[in-house]
Amino acid sequence: MTVATPMVALVGNPNSGKSSLFNALTGARQKIGNYPGVTVERKSGRAVLSDGRPLEMVDLPGSYSLTPASPDEEVTRAVVTGHQQGERRLDAMIVVLDASNLDQHLPFALELIAVGTPVVVALNMIDMATRDGLELDAARLSADLGVPVIPTVAVRGRGLIELIAALEAVLDGARHRIVEPPEHGPEADRKLRKQAAIIARAATVGEPPERRWTQRIDAVLMHPILGFAILLAILFVMFQAVFAWSATPADAIDVGIGTLGQYLGNAMPDNWLRSMIVDGVIAGVGAVVVFLPQILVLFLFILVLEATGYLTRAAFLMDGIMAKVGLSGRGFIPLLSSFACAIPGIMATRAISDPKDRLTTILIAPLMTCSARLPVYAIIIAAFIPARSVGPGIGLQGLVLFILYLTGIVGALAAAYVLRRTVTKGASAGLIMEMPRYQWPRLQDVALGLWQRAWIFLKRAGTIIFFSTMLLWALLSFPKPPAGSDVSPVRYSLAGRIADNLVAPIVEPIGFNKDIALALIPAMAAREVAVSALGTVYAINAGDDDEQAARALGPKLAADWSLATALAFLAWFVFAPQCISTIAVTRRETNSWRWPALMVGYLFTLAYVFAGATYWIATALGLS
Amino acid sequence: MYSLLANLRPGARGHVAAVDWDRMSLPEGRRLRELGLIEGANVELLHRGSLFLKDPLAVRVGRTTIIIRLAHAAAISIAEGAAA
Repeated sequence: MTVATPMVALVGNPNSGKSSLFNALTGARQKIGNYPGVTVERKSGRAVLSDGRPLEMVDLPGSYSLTPASPDEEVTRAVVTGHQQGERRLDAMIVVLDASNLDQHLPFALELIAVGTPVVVALNMIDMATRDGLELDAARLSADLGVPVIPTVAVRGRGLIELIAALEAVLDGARHRIVEPPEHGPEADRKLRKQAAIIARAATVGEPPERRWTQRIDAVLMHPILGFAILLAILFVMFQAVFAWSATPADAIDVGIGTLGQYLGNAMPDNWLRSMIVDGVIAGVGAVVVFLPQILVLFLFILVLEATGYLTRAAFLMDGIMAKVGLSGRGFIPLLSSFACAIPGIMATRAISDPKDRLTTILIAPLMTCSARLPVYAIIIAAFIPARSVGPGIGLQGLVLFILYLTGIVGALAAAYVLRRTVTKGASAGLIMEMPRYQWPRLQDVALGLWQRAWIFLKRAGTIIFFSTMLLWALLSFPKPPAGSDVSPVRYSLAGRIADNLVAPIVEPIGFNKDIALALIPAMAAREVAVSALGTVYAINAGDDDEQAARALGPKLAADWSLATALAFLAWFVFAPQCISTIAVTRRETNSWRWPALMVGYLFTLAYVFAGATYWIATALGLS
Repeated sequence: MYSLLANLRPGARGHVAAVDWDRMSLPEGRRLRELGLIEGANVELLHRGSLFLKDPLAVRVGRTTIIIRLAHAAAISIAEGAAA
């Protein structure tokens, strides 16, 4: 036994309750990072042995075997065999089994035990097995496997003390030798499963006829028509909540940031530093943090739906449609998240095992209408589209907004169709998924997951937006016009010159004037910045009150722009990848500049073509 | 009486008589075996697709339920009745 903190990994199949066990053992003391060079999350935490010694624990990605079929499983194999770069050699493993699913989970356990690292088996969710009338003999299982077997109920904290005690006992053993596990073909798989089936049967004392209540729920939730309708209803409630529940905290954050900016503005001397901190950092980072409540509500729904097991059913219901454009049902959740914000959406594509399928999903995610577009849509629609009814209960303004959402979705499907036949060409992605049983979500797991997602979002978006807004602020602030000049400082700045000389000539044919060209540059940070940028360009000084600025801006735009220009502007924002954070996250998740470059290129092209077509069609129809 | 899993109706039961592993990639075949879909396993077709589409399938295999695409189900032959 060395003095170093023992290193223990939790290994097991997906749906074995492994993460709940990890949460129960380590509490909130967790660190989330990435394995070097791959987009696989590394979760580690600390537990304590009975004598108070600390223990480092890693939660390995859920895997079905040691023959890897995905980047996740490659990491699992590498850590288990001691080949993972940057990861210490394991001193022991806790192999997690779903007690109700021994047949399915024992083959992987047998493979892990054969590696030679000391193992303790956690016979998890034993309460569910008992509830279903399944009687298991843990002692017999332990004798057959040759390792300690501890019945646990992670979600109720049962069996944890016994598990740690058993772990302590195996940790005090001698240094072990690692046996490299062989790759498996059909014959070896069959033998392993047969061995597993014999052990499982021996350990099962009583097995009642299956309880079919899960299937009775599925008969409704997976019904081809009714199930689909329920899915749509759940999505409808979710989107309502994303916008309704987040309004108050978002306003509070907005006010808080405004107050902070005002306070610093008054407290600091009027110089470039004040401008950088107030107009650059606080305004820019604030523009992103304001989306946190929406993202939290969205993730709350997704985490709860995932914990209950419903998301797999949703993937099943959507897979048929998504297969038509070369995607799979697994892409449904990432695309859904992208309606709030493309950043968590793109991060969620890690669950897609097929690399081409995943890449395509990332590339089309920015076409889902994220909430940053709403302020832009709202101000243009309010200023240009009359609030009249076009049918019973259908307002023209709402209809236009709906068309904008729909254009994004149709555009995404069309883009996926084309991408899958060109740059991300490959065999049609298969879909092989295990359907988990329905379960009540555990409050602690959901809360912990929510906290972790929020932190990751703030850290990633925060740092990226911090640097990009600094750069944009500098571009928009320097050089300063000479004293007495009547040219606005923004026009005189480097960004103003780029807009007038470079951007304006390009966007003029699609109906954009010089003011729009100038607003498009700061809007690269985030789309909704276009609104405040237009406000600046039209020299509206309404302080930090966005609503007041918007009310003042609307009539000015209506007086200055033609309807054709306004419609073209809306069409532009359906497609344009005006979000540095999304581009940076894409770079991170694809590990190359090639894919974000392709994404930016094709989306700007689409934005240009569609805005142009909108402008010219509208002009031809006489909408001016 | 053998029929392909791809051609069954929801509610149909049987056991896996043969699988043409060559009709799928190595990792796909392995994943199916890991989920218990091997010769001799008892299966029941539970659901087929949504709306007007008949793909994918939800299949009960032993004590688990898995989702697979039609293309893979066309490589799996099912015999009537439970496995011996």
